[in-house]
Amino acid sequence: MSDVMTVPKSRRNVEALLLLVALTVAIGANYIAGLDREEQFNSYFWTQAATFVGMGLLIHIILRVRAKYADPVILPIVLALNGIGLAMIHRLDLTRIDEATFTPVAPQQLLWTGVAISAAAVLLVFLKDHRILRRFTYISLIVSAVLLLLPLTPLGLEINGARIWISVGIGTFQPGEVAKITLAIFFAGYLSTNRDLILLAGKKIGPLQLPRFQDLAPMIAAWFVSIGVLIFQRDLGSSILFFGLFMAMIYVATSRVSWVLIGLALIGVGGYVALQLFSHVALRFDSWINAFDPEVYNRNPGGSGQVVQGLFGLASGGLVGTGFGQGRPDLVTYANSDMIIAALGEELGLIGISAIVMLYVLLVSRGFRAALGTKDGFGKLLACGLSFTIALQCFVVIGGITRLIPLTGLTTPFMSAGGSSLLANWLIVALLLLISETARRPAPSGPLTSSFPDAIGLNGRPTPGNPTEAAR
Amino acid sequence: MNQAIRRSWMVAIGMFTLILGSLTYVQFFQAEALSTNDWNNRQLYQEFGQPRGAILVDGRAVAESVPSDDQFNYQRVYNQPNLYAHLTGYYSLVNGSTQLEKAESELLSGTSNELFYDRLVRLFSGDQVAGASIELTIDPQLQQLAFDLIPDGQKGTIVVTEPNTGNILAMASKPSYDPNLIAGHDTSVVIQNVAELSEVPGLSIYTNPATESLIAPGSVFKLIVAAAALDSGLFDEDSEIPNPASLELPGSSETLPNYVNGNCASRNTADLEFALEQSCNTPFAQIAWELGQERIQEQAQAFGFGEEFYIPTRVVASSFPDELDQALLAYSAIGQYDVKVTPLQMAMVSAAIANDGVLMKPNLIKAVRAPDLELLDSPQPEVFSDPVSRDTADQLTEWMVNVVENGTARGAQVPGVEVAGKTGTAELTETGDNAWFTGFAPADDPQVAVSIVMENVDIATGGQLTSPSAKRIIEAVLNQ
Repeated sequence: MSDVMTVPKSRRNVEALLLLVALTVAIGANYIAGLDREEQFNSYFWTQAATFVGMGLLIHIILRVRAKYADPVILPIVLALNGIGLAMIHRLDLTRIDEATFTPVAPQQLLWTGVAISAAAVLLVFLKDHRILRRFTYISLIVSAVLLLLPLTPLGLEINGARIWISVGIGTFQPGEVAKITLAIFFAGYLSTNRDLILLAGKKIGPLQLPRFQDLAPMIAAWFVSIGVLIFQRDLGSSILFFGLFMAMIYVATSRVSWVLIGLALIGVGGYVALQLFSHVALRFDSWINAFDPEVYNRNPGGSGQVVQGLFGLASGGLVGTGFGQGRPDLVTYANSDMIIAALGEELGLIGISAIVMLYVLLVSRGFRAALGTKDGFGKLLACGLSFTIALQCFVVIGGITRLIPLTGLTTPFMSAGGSSLLANWLIVALLLLISETARRPAPSGPLTSSFPDAIGLNGRPTPGNPTEAAR
Repeated sequence: MNQAIRRSWMVAIGMFTLILGSLTYVQFFQAEALSTNDWNNRQLYQEFGQPRGAILVDGRAVAESVPSDDQFNYQRVYNQPNLYAHLTGYYSLVNGSTQLEKAESELLSGTSNELFYDRLVRLFSGDQVAGASIELTIDPQLQQLAFDLIPDGQKGTIVVTEPNTGNILAMASKPSYDPNLIAGHDTSVVIQNVAELSEVPGLSIYTNPATESLIAPGSVFKLIVAAAALDSGLFDEDSEIPNPASLELPGSSETLPNYVNGNCASRNTADLEFALEQSCNTPFAQIAWELGQERIQEQAQAFGFGEEFYIPTRVVASSFPDELDQALLAYSAIGQYDVKVTPLQMAMVSAAIANDGVLMKPNLIKAVRAPDLELLDSPQPEVFSDPVSRDTADQLTEWMVNVVENGTARGAQVPGVEVAGKTGTAELTETGDNAWFTGFAPADDPQVAVSIVMENVDIATGGQLTSPSAKRIIEAVLNQ
């Protein structure tokens, strides 16, 4: 029996209240962004406000109807993050608005926000239960493979040395972003099905239960995917993300530290070989370690100029920040995508950026909470994997910007400019909401119970919940 | 499975903790070091985004910040750029700042401690930080006259000061340049302009020739030797010194001749008055031998040699060489060999003699005003040193008046006014001569001290460009 007690309360009113706060943040930030140029109430402002209010309400109403026990905190957090990111993108647009050839990024991002939330709404409406996805375990694998291979086809585009985009009519799309969802579905499906087999077989050496060789196959597959992404698409960030996702899920599935150690060893070997063989990886490491070396700083491409400028931005923000619209985040290249955390850290200060990080902590924690609460292994694994992905992505991005680890070109979930990332992350939100719904929904009682074969409890009464779910 | 989920959650929390830790490290503990990093131009961008105080001459801005359409919001603009270039210098994103823009940068940008209260008020009122404005002691008509008296294409400097206050009334040099060419925000254009300006012969955009170029003084240095001679007590107005047409220099095959164009040959012995009047070399060489290197050096130092100081822009130290043998001492006594002075230093010598032997500290700043026009600072005249006694000063004045009335500086005569002066010609083997005039007027109540140097000219041209120019300046001051 799960030792987490769910409270049978809808909490949709709490969500409505938090939504109000989130919308205030999102629309307020956008207002402040326009304030400096005294065009805070132009058509873009009203479009943004209408989109956020409309889309926020849409999801809220869908949840009231279809998943009324879903977690009430997730949606407001994500909406606030999306709004803050969009406001920063808009604010950065305004620094270049006078350039003749410049197309503002914010309206495009706003459009993508609308598309992404709509997609999440569609998923919430049509996917009544996340467990249905389990049927698509192997289809997900195929879809993942296709998505990851797409950029290598003639459709693919190479931007700044990484081949992770495809051209889709009006713009570019990063299939890898969506692949992290389909990969999570595949791993969740595969591991929940084969868990017992993987667990029981194998030799025990000391405290470590070693897996059988054939059970290592999925891990080897994940390793190949990660290394493949690294080699063929030259995308260190996604590579780390995919492997981290798999490691987290296999650990949750098996509870075996030995798997994690094997995984770390594999990635260590892979990383070392990549470092030796591929210049782009070596350059990344070099500009991490020797960022303040003049030669490394001025090297182009692959220099440390971007990360150093980002550090300057963060430093100039200090504890309280320069104030929104008062700093110079535009001095950092890719300030609105890869480096948006540096831009926010500069203008909102350590205090502001810590608040944003805490929003991610809350979001990720709510995801894990849903994993704890839900009763099916597939849902647990999926929620865990997706939540861990968000956490790992934040770690890789912010760690890279603050020079804790080498900088990689990952997006900051919900905030960076980029449609595919936004779409993928909103789909993750929809999935987490669905899983949290099953976690929090009270067990059917009263007349409904009679339609299920009763489990035999004490005194012949049906026990609430599913007694076959083993607590581990 | 739940235990593993909790552990994964703890790993996630661990990662977030690391992130918060590294953010704190960068934004709090490393903030200072990163902000002062050489590659960090944010400070610069911030500075250039703010209006900077104006540099004013007689109420008119010669340098000011005007709103611009580019990313910096403000552009530094120099009005009458060539006339004031060497004083204002420039405030450039690409090339840094020089001269007053550099020396008074804290006041102009509003970051000076004197403007702390002003900044505090602005912090709460939400107004933009603004800099103080700086008013110069320069007289605009005199500055223009001095500038015009140097012919285009001629390398030269004119410094005009007020002997009893040290205030600088004019300080003009040619060749000059347009600081607007360097203060622009378009990096590639500025780099191109700087490259072109570096081709202009005789021009350095980095220095003010009046205060930062060291030039051989030639015979104007004899004033210092004469001062040392009088103060030593070894010589007085009656001393007669042998005046041969040329002097054999001990330990050297060379001989030191008298000034060829002068009237030195008319006397076999000379007193100091005559030696100054005709700028005779041989008597001064012998005086120097008698005084010794040390006395002359000390006298030069009393006038300000060997000392770098600020007016508030930098004035480099003029120098009198060390460890001289007799031959080199003779050359040095007539301002040749390694004697090097700034034009301002020579103006200080005249000003000190004019001011009864008291040297006032040269100064360019009349007033510093806060953005609300409140007077922040108004430098008062300051004594720099007492290089000679009053008696010596009076005696030197008398001799210098004689130089203008009867001697080499006759071109500086002003009808109805007693002008004191001394000319000099430093003979440079490679580039031509430096022609000098330094002096003051009126002799009994000095209002103005003038130093003029024209570099790399022949003697005839040099004579035309120095004493007569001094006359024009003295007339201009006295007719005001």
